[in-house]
Amino acid sequence: MQQTRFAWYLLAPALILLVILLVLPIIIMMIYTFYEFITAGVEQANYTAANWREFFTDSYYHLFLWKTARVAAITAIACALMGYVPAYFIWMTSFRHKWLLLLLLIVPFWISFTIRTFSWIHILGEQGAINVTLMSIGIIDSPIQMLYTEGAVIMGMIHFLLPYMILNVYVSLEGIDRDLLSAARTLGCTSAQAFREVTLPLSLPGLCAGLLLCFVLAAGSYVTPQILGGNRDALFGNLIYDTIMQQLNWPMGSTLSIVLFVLLGIVSAIYSRYMGLSTIFKGLSR
Amino acid sequence: MKLTQTKRLERLTERYRNGGMDRRTFLGLAAAAAASTGVMTRWSGPALAAVTEVRFDGWGGVVQEAIDKFAFQPYTKKTGLKVVQGTFGDENEVITKVKTSNPGDFQIIHSSGVEYYKKYVDGGWVSEINEANIPNMANVMTAMIEPFRKLTPKLSAIPYDYGTTGIAYNTKVISPEEAKEKGAQLLVDKKYAGKIGGFSDKNTRVWYAALQTGQSPNDIKDIEAVWAKIRESRDMVKKYWGSGAELMDLLSKEEIVVTDAWSGRVAALQEQGHPIGYLDPKGSYAWMEDMLVLKGSPMAECEELINFMLDTETSIAVAEGQKYPPSLDPTKVKLTDAIAKLPAFDPTGTMTALTFGDPIYWAEHDAEWQKQWDRISKGA
Repeated sequence: MQQTRFAWYLLAPALILLVILLVLPIIIMMIYTFYEFITAGVEQANYTAANWREFFTDSYYHLFLWKTARVAAITAIACALMGYVPAYFIWMTSFRHKWLLLLLLIVPFWISFTIRTFSWIHILGEQGAINVTLMSIGIIDSPIQMLYTEGAVIMGMIHFLLPYMILNVYVSLEGIDRDLLSAARTLGCTSAQAFREVTLPLSLPGLCAGLLLCFVLAAGSYVTPQILGGNRDALFGNLIYDTIMQQLNWPMGSTLSIVLFVLLGIVSAIYSRYMGLSTIFKGLSR
Repeated sequence: MKLTQTKRLERLTERYRNGGMDRRTFLGLAAAAAASTGVMTRWSGPALAAVTEVRFDGWGGVVQEAIDKFAFQPYTKKTGLKVVQGTFGDENEVITKVKTSNPGDFQIIHSSGVEYYKKYVDGGWVSEINEANIPNMANVMTAMIEPFRKLTPKLSAIPYDYGTTGIAYNTKVISPEEAKEKGAQLLVDKKYAGKIGGFSDKNTRVWYAALQTGQSPNDIKDIEAVWAKIRESRDMVKKYWGSGAELMDLLSKEEIVVTDAWSGRVAALQEQGHPIGYLDPKGSYAWMEDMLVLKGSPMAECEELINFMLDTETSIAVAEGQKYPPSLDPTKVKLTDAIAKLPAFDPTGTMTALTFGDPIYWAEHDAEWQKQWDRISKGA
């Protein structure tokens, strides 16, 4: 009993911060969704469901929700495909200084995310490294449009999210008892069969945790589509930005924010139901 | 006046600290003084504190560099008051910050003229400037002050510079003759599809679409034709830029060959040697910028700073640096040849040659047009 009370005392600061910095703002935003928009920057507390009605009846918002889910899913799957191999390599390598390889994963975080995103302009642009190189060696006559496309947005997000995937998969692989692999091989499995029957199933929690993290972070992304995307490559986060910052329509902006919050919450809840959110935090506890 | 009262309160504090009165007397006198001057509000803290700095938020880039170098640094040297600076790419961004902050957190904004001035007025964020504290206002063009005074007889903003959003084009690809011949239609010329840029601003988009459909931007009769033209233009645009720095980057790296553009930024590119031409087509979008003082600011210091900025020598140096003509009346003040050569410069001091947006007309449609533009820009 006393131990439980002590645990609550220890948890109290974190809980208070969570309430003040997360729960309370969400409640305030929820209330804002029922405010009436008067003119740019001005709203009144005349409670109305107009913002919610607009959201549910306007297909413009639904299309962007679908597009955001699609782009986030493509990004997460691409991260999984591209991230598994390096994670597997780091796990399997007998290199003495494995920590150096793990450090390499963290190095990109030492540079500002915005600067890293902007750097793609100098690689993908018409005067960027790729086009200039291809033209100088005569492979193409005119620059290829790579920048300001959905592909550029997805690539920018992969660049940002890949380390999250690799770390999640690596942590999961690290939890596998290597004797199981030896046992599988002793029982006649080839290397590929041992991977398919033992390693892959046991690393799935990490892979799925990485998928969830990448999906949620990609779906809430705003900066990458803004910098690397063209006119039609905006995601739902950009709609929220426009509504709050350009139209200065906070009630509608709050409505859209709550929608995204609820949808990502649903995705997390589904994941939790089948995989357990604890798999995400497994790495932290090791 | 407020400064005198603040000093009085400071003296009171000093007497109390030196043991000249007991705590109860001090608190009573301080409360009475605060209540009498109307500063007993949630921003009483900044007001009571001795002012050591003024906050300024502007457009960044070469514009703010010029203001800093030729106005703020000399001002700080002269008075000891620091000017703390912030930047924004879009003024709505700073309006959001003003809305969410305490009065006094943001103080002077390099604001985009009367259309935006109305937004601050509607939001209740404006101050009242004591014009007697800004004697250099006498040199400011009356034609620039009047639109502000129509909205608030007691001003909260002083016009500082002006310019146009004309058409910038790469002279290696488009000749000046072709640009002149096509005018606003150059921005929807299929020949340059995929190499066209544009400011991601509702006002600019609607303005140019109105010109392209043969309508007056201040009296649009067929808004559907305007939206149709914006859609047509959108499909040819490579990138809508969001800041002066991005505009300069796109033009200098030749990602785009034609765009609507801010005259001063184009002048800066030309000075750097880039092959960029500039054209103000008939009805080109003219705008003015002002130094807006927000509610809760240290008024005496802000007024003093603005007066310093409007000083002929300072104003000319800033104008030459930022490449936008100053608000000084050329019939009252002798301006330099360099300023006379700047795009959009009006030697008459009447501004009649330039077409400004009618603030009331544009404010009436602001919310509706902004929403529609946001949608169209995203493919709707």
